[in-house]
Amino acid sequence: MQKRLLAILLVIPALVMIVLFFIVPLGASIVGAFVVGDSYGLGNFSKSFELYSSDMIFTVLIVSLSTLLIGLFSIAIGGYLTLGENPRAVAVLRWLYRWPMFIPFIVVGQVLRTFLAKNGLMNNILVSLGVLTPLQTIGFLDWRGIVIAFVWKQTPFVTLLVAGAMASLDRSTIEAARNLGASRLRILIEIVLPQITGTLLVGLILSFVTMMSVLSVPLMINAQSPTMLTADIAFRINAHGDYGVANALGMISLLLTAGVALIYLRQSVKERS
Amino acid sequence: MMARIDLWWLPRALVLGLLAFVIFGPLTNLLLWTVAEKWYFPHMLPLEYGFSFWQRVFSPRGNAMESLVTSIIVASLTVVVALALAVPAGYALSRLKLPFRSLILLAFLIPQAFPNLPVYVNIARFFYQIGLNGTIMGVVLVHVNHGLVYAVWIATAAFSAVQIDLEEAARSIGAGPLRAFRDVTLPLAAPGLLASAIFVFLESLDEFTGSYFVGAPDVNTLPLLLYTAGSGGNYQIASITALLLLIPSIGFMLVVERFLRADVLSKVGH
Repeated sequence: MQKRLLAILLVIPALVMIVLFFIVPLGASIVGAFVVGDSYGLGNFSKSFELYSSDMIFTVLIVSLSTLLIGLFSIAIGGYLTLGENPRAVAVLRWLYRWPMFIPFIVVGQVLRTFLAKNGLMNNILVSLGVLTPLQTIGFLDWRGIVIAFVWKQTPFVTLLVAGAMASLDRSTIEAARNLGASRLRILIEIVLPQITGTLLVGLILSFVTMMSVLSVPLMINAQSPTMLTADIAFRINAHGDYGVANALGMISLLLTAGVALIYLRQSVKERS
Repeated sequence: MMARIDLWWLPRALVLGLLAFVIFGPLTNLLLWTVAEKWYFPHMLPLEYGFSFWQRVFSPRGNAMESLVTSIIVASLTVVVALALAVPAGYALSRLKLPFRSLILLAFLIPQAFPNLPVYVNIARFFYQIGLNGTIMGVVLVHVNHGLVYAVWIATAAFSAVQIDLEEAARSIGAGPLRAFRDVTLPLAAPGLLASAIFVFLESLDEFTGSYFVGAPDVNTLPLLLYTAGSGGNYQIASITALLLLIPSIGFMLVVERFLRADVLSKVGH
């Protein structure tokens, strides 16, 4: 009994920290979303929908598209790492793909802002190669820039999880299918993929949540309208000191994320039954 | 068989080359910007190279030095506080009988599982009322919360990877529980704990959103400097700052496997 008390005492300080500086403010943000003047109401929400409904759609579309692309790329890279037959190409790919993983979002924003701009290095190279004339260049600093930044940064993380799960699969079914003449693409889709869906989903949901809360990338790549909800929240606070609408927007992004988590839960329940 | 390999050589090289361009193209661009004195459209490469912006960044009166020092102070304090909380918690979670153990482990994941922007907004408001806004301590508290999941999870895994027999052997020859912990368990778990410290340090170094609301403009960390320099159109200063943030992150990626051995990694989250 004494040991149990000791264990609880050792864990409590860390738990208090989470409760005090995360769960309490989270609760305050939910309550704050309903505070209008001196009473409670839905005013902040109607104002949010009035001003920012296009940004809500924009946010969902951008994050969903990015998640989809991250999923596809991580399956492709993980699949090649698992099924690739050229050891040198596999080694190069394994060395190559992780680089962006530990690069902070704020650096990703800066790096891609200078790279993708209308007068950035990408267009400069294309112009020097004669592919484009200076007049034909277009910048990617709009929704495409945000998607590129998210995919660039998050793909290695999901790939790491997916490739790890693929590497720990039982090789015998793969070898058997290979001996029967199945193509590698078919093995990837019909044998490997169904066994790692759980890991893939976890990685994609973590990425989804991360992308929903990143502020630096939308601020640096595309701050003008339409933009992402995170940029709107920062704007409501900094320009208007409007905590009500900011909290309402925060709760809407919470609900959007919860929706995704719910899909995941339903999926895993279905898998178990 | 030989003919097939020859046939596939080209597309394979093309795809890998394209991937290398996608990953290293933007990074090269960053490096070029740090040494570009003069660079305008449509020139592919800078017209003049030099280090005058580096001098400006590292001049004693430049605000980059101040930001660098602030960032390092904040990150170091964050590591101290996070480990002071995580080492006891990790030990209890791995060694002692704890009610609701998996639920507690999950609780530390909460800050990663919700969009944290609304939380930071409300922390900033709360800190403003109690005078913690714009102070180093306020920023450290926000960073600790953010990094605690790594600290606790990796510390738990690091302690779990230490054989319990060794601790029991020390106890059976007369060492007290504290002594056994200090002389046996702690040194054996040290590489894992070091990894969690580096993780927390980097998370704090790179953190933008929380610092933006709680710290700015009084506590000017490197990411905030990068942001203001970048939005002011000063791409050289922004790129040099970005490079300063990049080096520790990449360095850690290259050595992480040395600290986080597979036996510790496989226990993360269990």
